[in-house]
Amino acid sequence: MSKDNQILEEFTSKEYEHGWSVNYEADEAPIGLNEEIIRWISAKKEEPEWLLEWRLKAFRTWQTMEEPEWANIHYPKVDFQKLRYYSAPKQTKKPKSLNEVDPELLAIYERLGISLNEQKRLQGIAVDAVLDSVSVATTFKDTLGKLGIIFCSFSEAVKEHPELVKKYLGSVVPMTDNYYAALNSAVFSDGSFCYIPKGVRCPMELSTYFRINAANTGQFERTLIVAEDESYVSYLEGCTAPQRDENQLHAAVVEIYAAAHAEVKYSTVQNWFPGDKEGKGGIYNFVTKRGICAGDHSKISWTQVETGSAVTWKYPSCILKGDNSVGEFYSVAVTNNMQQADTGTKMIHIGKNTKSRIVSKGISAGKSQNSYRGQVHVMKRATNARNFSQCDSLLMGDRCGAHTFPYIDIQNPTAKVEHEATTSKIGEDQIFYCNQRGIDTEDAVALIVNGYAKEVLNQLPMEFAVEAQKLLALTLEGSVG
Amino acid sequence: MLTIKNLHASIEGTPILRGINLEVKAGEVHAIMGPNGSGKSTLASVLAGREEYEVTEGEVIFQGKDLLEMAPEDRAREGVFLAFQYPVEIPGVSSTNFLRTALNQVREYRGQEPLDAVKFLSLMKEKMKLVEIDQKLLSRSLNEGFSGGEKKRNEIFQMAMLEPTLSILDETDSGLDIDALRIVSNGVNQLKSDKNATIVVTHYQRLLDYIVPDYVHVLYKGRIVKSGTKELALELEEKGYDWIKEEVDSAAV
Repeated sequence: MSKDNQILEEFTSKEYEHGWSVNYEADEAPIGLNEEIIRWISAKKEEPEWLLEWRLKAFRTWQTMEEPEWANIHYPKVDFQKLRYYSAPKQTKKPKSLNEVDPELLAIYERLGISLNEQKRLQGIAVDAVLDSVSVATTFKDTLGKLGIIFCSFSEAVKEHPELVKKYLGSVVPMTDNYYAALNSAVFSDGSFCYIPKGVRCPMELSTYFRINAANTGQFERTLIVAEDESYVSYLEGCTAPQRDENQLHAAVVEIYAAAHAEVKYSTVQNWFPGDKEGKGGIYNFVTKRGICAGDHSKISWTQVETGSAVTWKYPSCILKGDNSVGEFYSVAVTNNMQQADTGTKMIHIGKNTKSRIVSKGISAGKSQNSYRGQVHVMKRATNARNFSQCDSLLMGDRCGAHTFPYIDIQNPTAKVEHEATTSKIGEDQIFYCNQRGIDTEDAVALIVNGYAKEVLNQLPMEFAVEAQKLLALTLEGSVG
Repeated sequence: MLTIKNLHASIEGTPILRGINLEVKAGEVHAIMGPNGSGKSTLASVLAGREEYEVTEGEVIFQGKDLLEMAPEDRAREGVFLAFQYPVEIPGVSSTNFLRTALNQVREYRGQEPLDAVKFLSLMKEKMKLVEIDQKLLSRSLNEGFSGGEKKRNEIFQMAMLEPTLSILDETDSGLDIDALRIVSNGVNQLKSDKNATIVVTHYQRLLDYIVPDYVHVLYKGRIVKSGTKELALELEEKGYDWIKEEVDSAAV
């Protein structure tokens, strides 16, 4: 574990390290939101008519909707007319391969520690990099193509595989599902698309890396993952943004479709800029993530490590429609300083013998507020549904808050639902014990917190787990003593 | 090695230690005995640097350095080890991971290279034999669900790994059955050398049959009221503490 410690050490002495921005020439939409802007975005992306209509329909519905206020988060209202809805690095023509991508853009990702150069890439991870509104590059396309796996930017999928996009877009998260999903449906600019054909086990981790660079720009990406019968894919998502005084909006939608016997594992390490110590700036992260286990014996597993954002509103959910399907949600949400997080999951049991498991670990420090909100819904025909939920909260200091809002709705008497919750404080005894063995307090906290979150961190692919451990330590720096 | 001069300490305004004087030299084993509430564990905690205790007077010099000036982790890195009376549980952190973090921080402080995984594991294997501890136990979360005996054995195992100059054993015998007591004491005895020293804090003489002290001190009302050799411990075993209490209390009147 010395590697971890080295990394921890290196990171405990730093503030948010991705707070830089780069000046590149951008192709931008005018500020504001109306039908004209949506037409502008759609035209820019040379979209087919049906998609424009779809966007406009979403926009018209959105205009009639109210911003949700039920979450345990407080922030000044977003003025949607003051945002820019499209910003793309200017490239004279579409790059056909990585060699044609503007080196300046590749450099941005190098700086984040994500090399898009295929030769240099660590084995086993294909990356789709999204900067502001567009996908910059996707690696390992050919390797994946040979297996029939499609992994590309969303815009490309619209052009190359319109039938698939048309079939699945909005099938899991309907365009009018909620306020932010409707907004996203109207203005989404890019994102990742992933399709795993029948019987194929994706041989590498697929990864999307999102970065907001431009000021006053909302990021609205859309991810769609389709796993056909008996297929498997593990998908990773990472995010960063520059440090700015104003709040920035991120409203993404992720949809996952799993057919019979398919398995999709979706992991996120979210590190959006959280704002400064006084709560100035930071990302508003209003995200809708949902998967459907459409086929029998399918499985969807969400793992998230939430360390960033000023405000997080996010509930990765599973609709367990197929018989014997399984949904999992593993979450670590850390809040420090003035951060607020309201996050959790929904498990909707529709099929027979469906199972779900929820493990949520909240860590609050500073003056932050951390809420778990979860719903377990067992429908009438879901005979023998099983759920296990465990919601733990760890408090550091006495000015933060941890809240748990579990909702359970059972309509079938054979259901078995278990809920466990604990709240603990990081003990001075634990820290002193570490100190007495020669471990300083920052590292003791990192050690204790990583131990506490271990059950969730273990679900992450190895490299992500290491990054997540660094982030936990970094986020909690200076929160004890 | 260790010089304690007129040490006074209190917790939340209540004085517990009222002028401790003690000199410990390399190669020596000192036993601190005394009735409940006499300040034995407080002395151990103050030496290790527990924050709840406030030192109000006196000084502690450890190998020429002012121990009381140092943060707890630096005392540990300088070679002070406390075997806890109640070892703390840290869920999700294996003993192995914990020790490796500790050992490498201590090594870094001393200007040594960190141990790589292979060297660390072979060191662990070697030290495990000392206290007859099982590898399986070390891969479990630190002290979580350990029996009383397992916890104490793990403390001595950590001591073996960290190779301290001054070891303070705080009631290490409490909660041990006779077999565990023998194993733990064996471990401590094998770690003894002419370069390190041990302070054994205990309520009972029993432990001193196994770890034979060079000096025995009786603590009462925050002071060392009697010092002697191991025979003093036997006398205490036989007669209890009352005669000492009477002696001290009548002298005070």
